[in-house]
Amino acid sequence: MVTQLYLLIGLMILGSIIALELKDLLSAVISLGIVGFSLTLAFLILQAPDLAIVQIVVETLSLVILIAAILKTTREDTNQGLNVKEFSIWAAGILCALFLIFANQSIGLMSPFGFPNTRMAQNYLTLGVEKTGAVNIVAAIILDFRGYDTLGEATVLFTSVMGVLATLRLVGRKK
Amino acid sequence: MNRGMTIIVKTVARLISGLIFLFGFYIICHGHLTPGGGFAGGVVVSGGFILLFLAYGSEEAKNEIKIWRASICESLGTFFFWLTAMIGLLGGSFFFLNILPKGKPFHLLSAGIIPLCNLFIGIEVAASVFGIFIALSTLKRGDKS
Repeated sequence: MVTQLYLLIGLMILGSIIALELKDLLSAVISLGIVGFSLTLAFLILQAPDLAIVQIVVETLSLVILIAAILKTTREDTNQGLNVKEFSIWAAGILCALFLIFANQSIGLMSPFGFPNTRMAQNYLTLGVEKTGAVNIVAAIILDFRGYDTLGEATVLFTSVMGVLATLRLVGRKK
Repeated sequence: MNRGMTIIVKTVARLISGLIFLFGFYIICHGHLTPGGGFAGGVVVSGGFILLFLAYGSEEAKNEIKIWRASICESLGTFFFWLTAMIGLLGGSFFFLNILPKGKPFHLLSAGIIPLCNLFIGIEVAASVFGIFIALSTLKRGDKS
């Protein structure tokens, strides 16, 4: 399982590097799709089919939208290149290295995967079916134990759609 | 993209979209039994709509699909989700209380308010993803939505 995950992660890194380096934008978008579909496979390997269903559809839709945008505008990379000073590159590299070192140390201090510190999670797993009646433990958690979170998510989606419609309408409503 | 694609694509899209809607509805309805739920099923249903939209082109779809319908469906989904949560406050004691009968596990009608919540979330997600898509592809300068 771990070997397959490392293979997928390597493929994702390769896909994103290719997407950055290509001059043809259509090829870049398609190689960006490698990242999304490999993420779907990674979710399936980690036994999270709920996420895999959402991820595969959302990835396809975002590819469709990006390709439509490219077909309507231009296929060539019009980026002139950034004028970055050498100091900024070194600073960014040192910051990333420091972050990785500290993250590595703090991950070593955490409790291992599958043994959470909080007592709450164990209760969700053992009493989930009995208290909610839902066999799918994910649905039991997101819609019963953590229903407030899901209401918040639905509100965020609602607000973002209202924002998109209000921005794209362009013609103001007169009284 | 305005006039739509060839007749082969249109026919296949027409045949397949029904199956896609059925699959999305299945994921929404069985959200408390199998993997999936309102978010996953809603995205699948909106994918079916987008397939039809792409196959038939924005000019033809513009007459059939109005953006305010998607907007109203989305608002109603959010509102009914909130109302389902309010049932617990009105009929029981606190917000989000699962007061409907639990039923037997592994049955379609079980788990109290969870299938209802899944249904309303599914409506909201499908309408909002499709609404964003048609807003991005059809609204132009000077249009009235």
